[in-house]
Amino acid sequence: MANGKTNGHKLRRVYVWEQPVRIYHWLNALTIIVLIATGFYIASPLAIQSSKEASQQVYNGLGTHHTFLAAYIFLFNFLFRIYWGFVGNKYANWKQFIPTSGRFFKEMWQVFKMDILMLRGKEHMSVGHNAMAGFIYFFTFIAFLVQCITGFGLYASMSTSWWFPKLFKWVPGMFGGDAPLRSVHHATTWFFIIFTVIHVYLVFYHDYVEGRGEISSMGGGWKFVEEEVFEKGLEVPNEPTPAKEA
Amino acid sequence: MDKPTVQKTPTYLEEFKRKGYSRKDFLRFCTLMGAYLGLESTALGQVVKAMETKPRLPVIWLHFQECTCCSESFIRSSHPIVADVLLDQISLDYTETLMAASGHQAEEAMKNTMTKYKGEYILCVEGSVPTAADGVYCMIGGKTSMQILEEAAAGAKAVIAWGSCACNGCVQAAKPNPTSATPIHKLVKGKPIIKVPGCPPIGEVMAGVIVHVVTFGRLPDLDALGRPKAFYSKRVHDTCYRRPYYDAGLYVESFDDENAKKGYCLYKVGCKGPSTYNACGVTKWNNGVSFPIQSGHGCFGCSEENYWDNGRIYERASAFPGFGIESTADTVGKTALAATGVALAAHAIMTNVRKKKLIKNLEKEGKESEQELKS
Repeated sequence: MANGKTNGHKLRRVYVWEQPVRIYHWLNALTIIVLIATGFYIASPLAIQSSKEASQQVYNGLGTHHTFLAAYIFLFNFLFRIYWGFVGNKYANWKQFIPTSGRFFKEMWQVFKMDILMLRGKEHMSVGHNAMAGFIYFFTFIAFLVQCITGFGLYASMSTSWWFPKLFKWVPGMFGGDAPLRSVHHATTWFFIIFTVIHVYLVFYHDYVEGRGEISSMGGGWKFVEEEVFEKGLEVPNEPTPAKEA
Repeated sequence: MDKPTVQKTPTYLEEFKRKGYSRKDFLRFCTLMGAYLGLESTALGQVVKAMETKPRLPVIWLHFQECTCCSESFIRSSHPIVADVLLDQISLDYTETLMAASGHQAEEAMKNTMTKYKGEYILCVEGSVPTAADGVYCMIGGKTSMQILEEAAAGAKAVIAWGSCACNGCVQAAKPNPTSATPIHKLVKGKPIIKVPGCPPIGEVMAGVIVHVVTFGRLPDLDALGRPKAFYSKRVHDTCYRRPYYDAGLYVESFDDENAKKGYCLYKVGCKGPSTYNACGVTKWNNGVSFPIQSGHGCFGCSEENYWDNGRIYERASAFPGFGIESTADTVGKTALAATGVALAAHAIMTNVRKKKLIKNLEKEGKESEQELKS
């Protein structure tokens, strides 16, 4: 490919998203979709006209059940991701999400200038999440936490099975009862919807303007980064020692 | 009625007999109470023995900012002994609504109970206490309700906050709460407080609490919010006889439709059963005749804190804070989503304009590679 052509870039394959991260991502996506769909259904069920006896149909009962099932998967998946933030590779590390240095904010400012204000200038060269994305994910983790606590708080009193949901019995009291708790849970759902829309858009955006395989990276885990990024040391410094990763 | 002066306080059984109840009635009452309290049948003997041998609990019942619906509910509870005997005994000491005495005589009766049974009596409070303007919004006998509460609570063994007013302020504490109506647990410190919320609460709960204290010498188990577990650990939704329709997805869509006649679930017309903790579906009201859902009206959520401000009576959704009374989380969410869509479209257009060179280069590079591979 690279045979002296002016713009021909030599690309380096970087293993960015490890398999557990990818599984987490898609499991998360799936459960969020199920939870949003069943959640809205429970909030405002369809008007089903049926001549059958109530004992012969369980539309809403099943919807409720699926929500609880998905909620368990969502919660434990989330807990796993937190764990992986300590043992996974550097792109999965918790420091990608929580600012620990001035560089983090500097990069965020750069992303803001380049990708949101669309100013011309030096393109940022993050291989994994850029700082802005990482910081937004930090807020999504908080939203995950809010949704798990409020959701299991609502579930606690109706669960008759094992001990785990009962750990959340204190939640309704904190919010002043089930009704306000339910309102918080319902409103937070909209954060997930809007996040998803922006998230999917930005994945396409980055793939489009960077050409590094952003979309497919969550499939195989690879991103393809121009060799000169590493040669010239253009990569974002809060991702140390990128060379040995490949 | 005779004043409890020289002779020792009669036991419950003695009182029952004096009132003309048979032993069968007495046992029926004990069984009923045991069942409400969730006791095992083997504990019934304990209840009977306690009611036979122990002297009745002295009770002072105070009324502040309230409508007396709690008392009304109480005197209509399912077993006559609950109201007839327990309440009569209570009223002997002090309760504004039902006592025979008035004026100084009444004040005297309360003072007597407070000194004679110091540390033993149960204080029932019906109504909230206004704290604005030094409490002038509710005064009895020249004293503010705050003062009366403080005096009465000082020597009480336990305090029962009776009804939603006493537990969370109810309607008078709804926004903007002009009198600063305050629930009892925020004013009385250092005493065990049992909350019995509801507007009104179920009379049997009060009787149950008293029977429990008499039988076991201690307060019943309370949940995290201070309500007796036996009555408030389940949602109205969980014990509702219309629950199968909820699970089946069969709902009343409007109050005059066919589904309403069939008695389907009232969830979509705003029933708050799924977020309300109470025993309505089991004990019901007025001698167990009915409860709101059985009469075709959704649950109000009257035993929940702030239920006047929490949401709308006939809708599931509640107003989203800060966006006006008409906007729900869904209207705000949809607007935000639309705004996001517009912003992203604008961003996509700007990307193609401002990053034209960058995208062109990528395209060129890709096309060149494609050409090279062809040859």
